[in-house]
Amino acid sequence: MSKDGFIIEAQGIHKTYRMGAAQVQVLKGADIAVKKGEFVAIVGASGSGKSTLLHILGALDRPDKGVVRFEGRDLSGMGGGELNEYRNKMIGFVFQFYHLLDELNVLENVILPAMVPAGIIGWMSKRAGVKKRGLELLKAVGLEERATHKPYQLSGGERQRAAIARALVNEPRLLLADEPTGNLDSATGNGILELLERLNRAGQTIVMVTHDERVAKRAGRTITLADGKVK
Amino acid sequence: MYKLVLAFRYLYRRRISYLALAAVALCVFIVVVVMTVMDGLVGDFKQKNHNYTGDCVVGTESLVGFAYYEDFARIAEKASYVEAVTPVIKSYALVGVEGSGRNTGVELMGVEAGSYSRVTGFGRTLYYHKNDASKAFEAGSDSNLPGFVIGADLWSGRNEKGEYYYAPSPEATALSVTCFPLTAKGALAKAGTDVVNTKTFYFSDCSQSGLARVDGSIIYLPFEEAQVLCGMTEPVKRASWIHIKFKQGTNIEEGCRQVRQMWGKFYDEYKGKDNAELLSQVSVRSWKEHRRESIAGMEKEQTMLMMMFGLVGLTTVFIVYVVFYMIISHKTKDIGILKSIGASCGDVIVLFLGFAAGLGVIGSAVGVAGGMLFLRNINRIEGWLYERFGFQLWDRTIYAIGEIPHRLDLTMLAVVTGCAVLACLAGAVLPSVGAARARPADVLQVSQL
Ligand SMILES: Nc1ncnc2c1ncn2[C@@H]1O[C@H](COP(=O)(O)OP(=O)(O)OP(=O)(O)O)[C@@H](O)[C@H]1O
Ligand SMILES: [Mg+2]
Repeated sequence: MSKDGFIIEAQGIHKTYRMGAAQVQVLKGADIAVKKGEFVAIVGASGSGKSTLLHILGALDRPDKGVVRFEGRDLSGMGGGELNEYRNKMIGFVFQFYHLLDELNVLENVILPAMVPAGIIGWMSKRAGVKKRGLELLKAVGLEERATHKPYQLSGGERQRAAIARALVNEPRLLLADEPTGNLDSATGNGILELLERLNRAGQTIVMVTHDERVAKRAGRTITLADGKVK
Repeated sequence: MYKLVLAFRYLYRRRISYLALAAVALCVFIVVVVMTVMDGLVGDFKQKNHNYTGDCVVGTESLVGFAYYEDFARIAEKASYVEAVTPVIKSYALVGVEGSGRNTGVELMGVEAGSYSRVTGFGRTLYYHKNDASKAFEAGSDSNLPGFVIGADLWSGRNEKGEYYYAPSPEATALSVTCFPLTAKGALAKAGTDVVNTKTFYFSDCSQSGLARVDGSIIYLPFEEAQVLCGMTEPVKRASWIHIKFKQGTNIEEGCRQVRQMWGKFYDEYKGKDNAELLSQVSVRSWKEHRRESIAGMEKEQTMLMMMFGLVGLTTVFIVYVVFYMIISHKTKDIGILKSIGASCGDVIVLFLGFAAGLGVIGSAVGVAGGMLFLRNINRIEGWLYERFGFQLWDRTIYAIGEIPHRLDLTMLAVVTGCAVLACLAGAVLPSVGAARARPADVLQVSQL
């Protein structure tokens, strides 16, 4: 933990995408700092760079300029193996489009992050425990009946809940959610938000991206992204 | 761990994997079948040549032959690694059916039926004297008359199964055999001398070595008769070749090397004697060297075939490459997801290579199993095709090969399987590495669009 109590802080983040000759300057010095136990919503117009910022926080992408510190450690100083471990252990990422693997069933999708770092022997020894935790998480998100179903057999809301369970399986310090309700009707979206609130009350730090002001109100604090900067 | 699970799931959940699997299986199947048949044909052909020749020969292609062969045969027989030794006369002759006035040129072999059968497979090639080869030259009509053994193709036709037509007992046929006696200097012995050059022989048996060139051109006579007919008794007794069979377990190359040494010593000792100039032309060869000319063509065909199947292998690699390229381009989202939850580049590569290896192993297992099944029944299938449609792989009335070979070579199976798996890995490597290097944010961004 950094001395200011921030679990993650990003300073002066710049990101430019090149598409052929054209350049899109998405982030122009964005800053964000999140304390442990906070529930922060990032809002902004479509194309304002919300997802880009979240990807950078989750080390799915690198900034062109700027520093990201997780518990005081600079991500740019981490090697490939450390970054993999960071994505695997520290961060749980929830995507707008769920991104479950079609070939695996719901439970397997949920426990996948626990399988990734394990070797064959290691996996055999901890398999039972991980499965139990996976089932508990599915119960917590209301999907205990659906453990052996395939993702295509689930509705959008159910898929998103499975994706949240997956993000939580390794007990990450930080949950990053990119428009977790973006593709859902308001009732289903509400269910997801209640789930996130429940997790936050239990101590989970959450950063959520949304372009919906009403959704953002459910978070403890709102950050607005415009013109590549935080307003 | 999840890599294996996922690789396996990809393998049996995606229809395109089955296509790749079928391609691999088909290639393996074809290679196994063709290699087995070709290997069998070549091996069979070599075995027949080996049987026909014995292990080692000492002699000369010159029709004059060489002297003192008996002395050398006696020395050779005593060597610890030698099983049996036999002298052979090789020449050409005109044969005609008595009274018909027609004749034809043939190759003449003068052999001692007993010892020749011990050195070579001669005895087993006979029809009537299979069980007592030493009596091979006892004519069927009267065992006191001089007999001849004739290449089966010179004597009889064959049915569509490749079997010769044989009478229940040897027919009473007489052949007049005319030879061209040569002096020790290689000149034609002049008529008017007391050299006998035509004699009548009586049919005693057919020899079926399975070598078309041999069975279609050779007539065998008793050694001494042939020696006289060819003028090889004057002024010293001569023979064309000495064939040697080694004791069981003797390495043939090693045995031939020792015989070569033995011959060197013998030559040094005998080179001063009368008519010894003939000895300088003598060479020692293994059966393979001796039959080089006939075997080489076959081996060349085999090499060509191997090269063609190398190309088939390349095609497999390409098919697998295309399939993987397609699978992976459908799976970029998965790769992004895996990397977003902490999978490394290595993990992604291993995942897809595991998938490829699985594909290779299962595909070649299917191909090998299919090949084995097919080969086990290949003769039955051919028989059925012949009965129904009159189709034969080759015409048994012409070719001296009965069954289609189908003996499986385990080493070959292992090599083919290994190559198939390697081919799959090779085809998968480039797409996997490309996939592994993708950045999760980019991949997931693209798949959102
Ligand atoms: N990998 C990429 N390559 C090229 N351009 C990109 C890439 N990722 C994002 N962009 C561009 O950057 C800009 C910001 O994208 P981003 O996804 O961060 O927006 P957003 O705020 O999340 O929008 P939305 O609310 O629609 O999800 C967009 O114009 C987008 O086209
Ligand atoms: Mg977005």
